[in-house]
Amino acid sequence: MTHRGSRVLHVGSLSRVEGEGALRLRVHDGTVTEARLEIYEPPRFFEAFLRGRSHTEPPDITARVCGICPVAYQMSACAAIEDACGVSVGPVIRDLRRLLYCGEWIESQALHIYLLHAPDFLGRASAIDLARTHRAEVERGLRLKKAGNSLMELLGGRAVHPVNVRLGGFHRVPTRAELRPLQEELKQALDDAWDTVRWVAGFEFPDARVEADLLALAEPDTYAIEGGTPTVLRLDGTRESFPVRDFTEHVTETHVAHSTALHSRLDGRLHLTGSLARFAISGARLSPVALQAAVAAGLGDPREGAVCHNPFRSILVRAVETVYAVGEALRIIEAYEPPARPYAEVPPVAGTGHGATEAPRGLLYHRYELDADGVVTSALLVPPTAQNQGAIEDDLRRLAQRAITEHDPDDDELTALCERAIRNHDPCISCSTHFLDLTVVRTQGGCDA
Amino acid sequence: MAPTLAVFKLASCDGCQLTLLDCEDELLALAGEVDISHFLEASSAVAPGPYDLSLVEGSVTTAADAERIRAIRAASRHLVTIGACATAGGIQALRNYADVDEYRRVVYAHPEYVSTLATSTPVSAHVDVDFELRGCPIDRRQLIEVITAFLAGRKPDVPDHSVCFECKRRGTVCVTVAHGTPCLGPVTHAGCGALCPAYQRGCFGCFGPSGSVNLPALIPLLRRDGLDDDAVERFLHTFNAPAFDEFTEPGKSDESHETGKEVRK
Ligand code: SF4
Ligand code: SF4
Repeated sequence: MTHRGSRVLHVGSLSRVEGEGALRLRVHDGTVTEARLEIYEPPRFFEAFLRGRSHTEPPDITARVCGICPVAYQMSACAAIEDACGVSVGPVIRDLRRLLYCGEWIESQALHIYLLHAPDFLGRASAIDLARTHRAEVERGLRLKKAGNSLMELLGGRAVHPVNVRLGGFHRVPTRAELRPLQEELKQALDDAWDTVRWVAGFEFPDARVEADLLALAEPDTYAIEGGTPTVLRLDGTRESFPVRDFTEHVTETHVAHSTALHSRLDGRLHLTGSLARFAISGARLSPVALQAAVAAGLGDPREGAVCHNPFRSILVRAVETVYAVGEALRIIEAYEPPARPYAEVPPVAGTGHGATEAPRGLLYHRYELDADGVVTSALLVPPTAQNQGAIEDDLRRLAQRAITEHDPDDDELTALCERAIRNHDPCISCSTHFLDLTVVRTQGGCDA
Repeated sequence: MAPTLAVFKLASCDGCQLTLLDCEDELLALAGEVDISHFLEASSAVAPGPYDLSLVEGSVTTAADAERIRAIRAASRHLVTIGACATAGGIQALRNYADVDEYRRVVYAHPEYVSTLATSTPVSAHVDVDFELRGCPIDRRQLIEVITAFLAGRKPDVPDHSVCFECKRRGTVCVTVAHGTPCLGPVTHAGCGALCPAYQRGCFGCFGPSGSVNLPALIPLLRRDGLDDDAVERFLHTFNAPAFDEFTEPGKSDESHETGKEVRK
């Protein structure tokens, strides 16, 4: 590491991401030859041990893939198995599922904005460090996060791995009187979410652009959360959709040596899922209050075609999505009338089912094959981070290259930039194992390290 | 100087360490009492040990992690394991009953790229542990109690009776007696506040075995309530499989088993 034109940078363990990974950058004569997000979480083999389980079990079991977005796993599992069994749930159960999912969106987006991402913009190591100078803001973030958790605790029993979700619906549905006290907390959360939009809109954003297709679910009349049709906005501006059952015909996974996470391609190209993709695909379907928030955040009006490609600005989109989710939760609670039954029966049928929902960090697809007794014979889980890994690495490579070409930063500065670039994407490494360590290798002349 | 706190992760879902960040009301107060010296999920500032209290999430599933946990132990004055992964091997311990090479082939196109041990084992199988906190995930209130107790130099007040006690305390009608719902509450460690029965489902044992467990007495009841042998096995073999196994062999059941207490090997 004598000459800065060539080096290997290695960040052994990334911080403020979910799960454990590392980063490796190789620079040869001033050119970035390799940028790797190395996912080194040990494999946990969910797809293998789901085989032989009853079709009622995947919602509880797959929740344990990820403590940050268990509801996403529960919802994608229910959607896929109900699809296999030919059951669709009624509108009230759908609303309650969306309400629980709103709780996870609020909790997870507030966690990412305040605890993982904002410290980058303000030059702090952590939210706790940030609280020394921005106490009121950090307290606001925690209050917002708590509102999401309260919703999950009431409807799901607890915030991490809710116990109340079952195939076909819920074990027990709340009464109107039980939900009502949440309204006060959510009204405060709506103010806090708005203040979050105003706060993050004042941050300084480096220029950047992700060069990847964007993939998210779309629904005709609403911002997709708990279902919808996979829809792509290509780099050339064209849009296309495909049915969920064709997901693996379009999104293919390959296994690369440096990662226990599988890498995906969408029709052979890099793609990104998550907040930026959802805002591009479904932004026009946001509620009036969330559209206002988007304009206030400086993102423009998605009804007039505004799309955000700058990953540093993803924090703005997350803040807007939080405003949306709080509003949705309030809307659902106000309209709620308990259903006659907490769940629909889901008798087993031999067959294959597909389900996809929008986890806070992107589209999560599940597929199960069942036999006539309802025993799972094969399972496939395609989490958002595994899909995003290729696009994140590409983004990382371009950002590092630009910095090296423009002002040749030293290793510490380059490392900080790369870590930021990764946190922009809110990667959830725990759930992508099937998995990350930064090494910058800078070499000169012929041989590299 | 404030005592130092570290949080480490092995094979896990991050849910137990997230429980610390979920202590929204206590987080900043706690941060004022301790020096958070290593907590990758929350902070990019990392200070070297020794740490006064280390919380470890996750199970040992790779040779590298088996090394790492020894280094963590060496750098920690007190080591507390949090969650079913760290105290019992977690859901990933289902591989202990299977052929891990076959698992590798099912999940990965290039199984040769993946290095893993054939087993998932609790931290206590590798190093001395000062306290094991149960749950998948752990309970927030119990976590605060354990951290406070270690900072104060006293024993944590985490009772090891069963979920049944918590149902009684909460006034929840027994789901087995009233509805014939299969429930592991009688053999499961308290801590969740008897959550599942309050939501009208049977306990599925996510806190692992309680202090004195008579599993053979429960099994006929599970059968009566409609579980066949396979279903009983799956019921016990999910989030804490190896921990419940200790009690399925006759004779073992009446030994009182130390759980949620000081465990020093
Ligand atoms: S015990 Fe459960 S919640 Fe805790 S890390 Fe393991 S899987 Fe996650
Ligand atoms: S009742 Fe049992 S399964 Fe449910 S949360 Fe408590 S310990 Fe876990």
